[in-house]
Amino acid sequence: MPTEIDRHQVQQLLDRGAQLVEVLPEDEYEEDHLPGAISLPLRRLETEAVRMLDRARPVIVYCWDTA
Amino acid sequence: MSPRAAWRLESLGFGEVYDYVAGKLDWMAAGRRTEGTNAARPRAGDVSRKDVPTAGLAERLGDVRERVRAAGWDAVVVINSERVVLGFLRSKELDKDPDLKMEQAMRPGPSTFRPHVAIQEMADYMTNHMLDSSPITTSDGRLVGLLLQKDAVRIAGEEK
Repeated sequence: MPTEIDRHQVQQLLDRGAQLVEVLPEDEYEEDHLPGAISLPLRRLETEAVRMLDRARPVIVYCWDTA
Repeated sequence: MSPRAAWRLESLGFGEVYDYVAGKLDWMAAGRRTEGTNAARPRAGDVSRKDVPTAGLAERLGDVRERVRAAGWDAVVVINSERVVLGFLRSKELDKDPDLKMEQAMRPGPSTFRPHVAIQEMADYMTNHMLDSSPITTSDGRLVGLLLQKDAVRIAGEEK
């Protein structure tokens, strides 16, 4: 079950080497994204997650807000 | 959107998946740095005056007024020890009875804006609502600075 985290825990996980993934459409990523995040829109998750992400490391996903 | 992504990643075999549910809005509202094409554009937090005078709830208005005006200001933000904004005084409130405590003289719960709001948006809003100044705070209410309408309009004009 995915764990919900807050802003401070994001930083702690990044310090541990977590991968940060924005799942919004790519144009929104281009405008603003968290430092070091990669773009992996939800629609491309199925086909590209395994290729782009390391299963051995923690993954943090985010979008715009709780919506 | 992120909960669906997190669950799907788990089903694809990722063992340690976290969902930053408050997301990009929370990050930016906290005044944290971002990357991207908008990152270099001025925002409310960048343009706000960080040297705005502040005061505590229990201070005497007359003492604060003297200090604030001597520093060339006509506004003061009332904060607590965590820099959380509790009130705001513009010229009208500063001219009240000098023996009042700040908490009696201040305008409580002032409208505030987040640091990530684009300066053009702030300039339009402040002009349309005749706001000379407005406190900029993080999402947890801490003071970033005071945005002056004249600064917002000038910087927005330079951007065009």
